[in-house]
Parts: sequence; structure tokens; C-alpha cells
Amino acid sequence: MKTLVWVEHDNAVMKDATLAVVTAASKLGEVHALVAGKGCAAVAEQVAKVAGIATVHLADDAALEHGLAENVAPLVAKLMESHDAFLAPATTTGKNIAPRVAALLDVMQISDILSVEGPKTFTRPIYAGNAIATVESSDAKLVITVRGTAFEKAATEGGSGTVEAIGGASDSGLSSFVSAEIAKSERPELTSAKIIVSGGRALGSGEKFEEVITPLADKLGAGIGASRAAVDAGYVPNDYQVGQTGKIVAPEVYVAVGISGAIQHLAGMKDSKTIIAINKDEDAPIFQVADIGLVADLFTAVPELTGKL
Amino acid sequence: MKILVPVKRVIDYNVKPRVKADGTGVDLANVKMSMNPFDEIAVEEALRIKEAGKADEVVVVSVGPAKAQETLRTALAMGADRAILIETDETVEPLAVAKLLAKVAADENPGLILLGKQAIDDDSNQTGQMLAALLGWGQATFANTVAVEGDAITVAREIDGGLQTVTIKTPAIVTTDLRLNEPRYASLPNIMKAKKKPLDVKTPGDYGVDIAPRLTTLKVTEPPVRSAGIKVADVDALVGKLKEMGVGA
Repeated sequence: MKTLVWVEHDNAVMKDATLAVVTAASKLGEVHALVAGKGCAAVAEQVAKVAGIATVHLADDAALEHGLAENVAPLVAKLMESHDAFLAPATTTGKNIAPRVAALLDVMQISDILSVEGPKTFTRPIYAGNAIATVESSDAKLVITVRGTAFEKAATEGGSGTVEAIGGASDSGLSSFVSAEIAKSERPELTSAKIIVSGGRALGSGEKFEEVITPLADKLGAGIGASRAAVDAGYVPNDYQVGQTGKIVAPEVYVAVGISGAIQHLAGMKDSKTIIAINKDEDAPIFQVADIGLVADLFTAVPELTGKL
Repeated sequence: MKILVPVKRVIDYNVKPRVKADGTGVDLANVKMSMNPFDEIAVEEALRIKEAGKADEVVVVSVGPAKAQETLRTALAMGADRAILIETDETVEPLAVAKLLAKVAADENPGLILLGKQAIDDDSNQTGQMLAALLGWGQATFANTVAVEGDAITVAREIDGGLQTVTIKTPAIVTTDLRLNEPRYASLPNIMKAKKKPLDVKTPGDYGVDIAPRLTTLKVTEPPVRSAGIKVADVDALVGKLKEMGVGA
């Protein structure tokens, strides 16, 4: 089987999410990659070095600069004439583009796969991760998004792929990019952080969130996450949200501070290796999944913890 | 402009789903069902656009069993003008739903189709994008804000690193993210009025769409259960545990 991997990048650097997709694709067959963007030749060079990549298709065109699905999907659909499967990370970019590709090819997409069970058989979570479905596709071509935390990352060195420039991109005229506000952060990126400290509604305000959570995260070299309640209350930006509709994370250690543990939050973090919960409500559902729980007032316990580490 | 809003009847988001013992699926017998939360947000946004004088009709549509009429009545009670149910007891995958909706769009000629970004049962996050592809329309997924100005819709989208703003030309597809708005509750008088609003019942056959699933579910299992944890007495004990794990040492 010849697979085509969507490379996630910012026109300068390949994003880590791509590497888990390469691993998933390699379980299906020969791995080819698509780098679509503008001025992104350096990304193609990085991808060519990733272990297991045969060919990197480089589509460099102004119409592809911002990854608009209307411009990208027809290009991918065209490439799929000579590939059997299209795999993208289950990031906001992948989720935006892949279903549009699937419909152009008249196939059902398989979203957010957790494992490859056979050439056409995959597992995927449903009902906020409360059930795992094993599904088999009857479509001639596969379109798949891959859960990044479910697959090892492919090595970024040791590959010897060839880069081939391709054309065929055009502006659909259906949509246009206006602007982007990307949060700048020195912290480990949430989906690849080894340790995550996450805060919930119990923090009470953005100031308290900053005052209590940030020093602990600094001490641990951790990424910072949040529950939906903390995001809705405006304590932290949207892209901090961990859960069914936010980011799915699986760090070595997840510290949940003042988070009750609603189904939708657990969906985003219950595959973490060790879960630590600090909550003053001893009946909070978070304690049912926590490996280590501390029933305490977070406003005294967390600063004390930070001080003693 | 007319706005079309597809809505789905799903398990209530507060209910913890139970996997059937025979591994064929999730047990939905006697379980509370509701409108998919993202679809409520889509209905709300459509109503707000209409109330701002930028749309003249909001039509809601659902694909599903006869009981999905309740979901449509809920949307009508929120303020939608009329409803269409494409009734079937079969499992309908996003691709088939998108094909049915494309036919409805051809009949209704909406300027905007507002969908939820994903249904909380199958967690696919596909239908809106697929519908955009089938219709050849622009798409703005995961909308955080929507501004309609003439034939242009400007949408701030929630993306992994922050927000991205795009402009799409009508007719277009927008899918809603959680923070787009706070859906209204239907008042009792509006619930009564909704009972008199038009609700057309159709079948997939009426639209000539083949809804046969492309994916076969071989089995549905419980996720791995986490082994029971411990509770520590105080911060010192927690620090000890963390150091044992080599964290914060």
C-alpha cells in the first residue's frame, strides 16, 4: 500500500504531530509525504530525513501558504490517484482538511485512530473515549486522521527520502486568510509535553491561575493545561483546553489541580501515564482515575508543593 | 439569506455511556437523549444572525429515527422557523449525512449552513467539511466568532496555537466551536408554539441517496480501566511520591 502523509508545518519547521502519523502510515505500507505551503522547501528537507520516508512531494504555492482546505483538498485528491491512503494528524489542521479530501474521493474518513489492526481495520475512540470501536473500511482508498499520542514518533534522522516538486495548486477563490493570533509560549507544547499541570474552575480567576499553577509548572518544566470551565471563565486562552473538544494529551505525569473530572475532560487526559489530582472535594470524579490523590485546598497545598520540590 | 442548521439527536452529554456486554455497541436503551451540544450552538448562532436582520429564515434538519422529531422541536422552540426530518433507523455515517444535506441544500438554496463541529457520540468531526466539499463551497470550521457582512462571512477559527481569521464567500459552511455563543433556553410558550411550526418528514429514498455504511463496526469495547490509585495524606507524602517517580527531584 502506498500512503500519503500530510506534513503539518508553519512553512519553516515540521511539527512533531507529523512524526506519529509517519509511524501509523508505515504500518500500512510505503510512506510518502506531502509538504504543501509557501516557501516551505526547508520543511521538505527535514521531512526527507525522517526515518521511513520514501518520497516527499513539495507543493510550493502562494495559494497553499495558510493551509486553506479549499485550496489544499483538491491537490491532495489529485495525488491520491497514485496513493492508497491519506493520513493526517488529528490536529485542527488535519481535521479541517482530511474530511474535505475524503468527500472529494467519495470515501468515509476514519477519525482519530488509536491503532492499525490490519490493512483496512483500525480502532478509534467514540463517546468521548468511553468506548473503543474497531472498524473496517470497505472503501477503495483510505482517509485517516491519527491520534498523535497513540503512536510512537518516527525518528527525525536516518531517512533518505527524495524531494520532488509538484505543481497543480490553485486558489479556489472560496476563502481567504485574514490573520492569525498565535499564542507565543516558551513552555513545552501541550500535546508533546512530558509533564502537564492543569487548572480548573476552582482557581477562581486568571490571576490566581497564574499565581498558583505557573510556579508549579515552572518548577516541573511542565506544559500548562486547563479544563473547559477555566477556559470559559477566561482564566486562560482556548488552546489550553484539554478534553474531548480541546487537546488530547498523554504525558508521563498529568497534575490536575481543582479539576472535578467531567467525562469531557477525562476524554482528553485519561491515557496519561500517571495522574495526580489535588482537589478539596474527596468525592470528585477525578479521584477515580487518579493514581495519586491529595484531598486538600489547592490554594495552600499547591504553593507548599511548589516550595518543597 | 436562508440559514440551514443540521442537528443531531445524541446521548445526553452528562450521561456516562455503557458498552453493551456483547460488544456490538453502546447501550442507548432508556438513556436520556438530547440535541448535540455543538448543534445547539449552531442553532443559537443562526437565530442571532436572523435577529440581527442578516437572515430571513432558519431551517433545521435532522437525519435519524422518528424520535429525532423531538430534537427538531427543541430547535423550533429556540426560534427556528421550520424543520425537515429525514427519517431512517439505519446507521448513517457522516459521508451519507453530507450527501443528504447536499440534496437538501439544493432544494432550499441556503446562503449559509451552520453545523456543530462534531457530534459527541461518534466524535467524527467530518460532516461539515464533507458537505462543503460536495457543494464546492468555502468552509470555516471550529468557529469562535462569526460576522456576516453582505456576501462575505468573516470567521475567527479556534486552531491549535490560537485563533485564525478567514473570510468565506456565501454560500458557505461554518462549523461551531464551544465558545461561539451561549445557547438560549426555550421558554414554555415557545415550546407550545413550536408544536405548530411546520415539520416535513422525508426519507433518504426521497433524495435518492445511498446511505449504506462504508465502515463496518467489528466490535465496541470498554477502554482500558485504570488501576485504582492511592490517596496521600499531605503535601509531604505527595512530594515523596513525585521524587520516587523522578519528578521534580
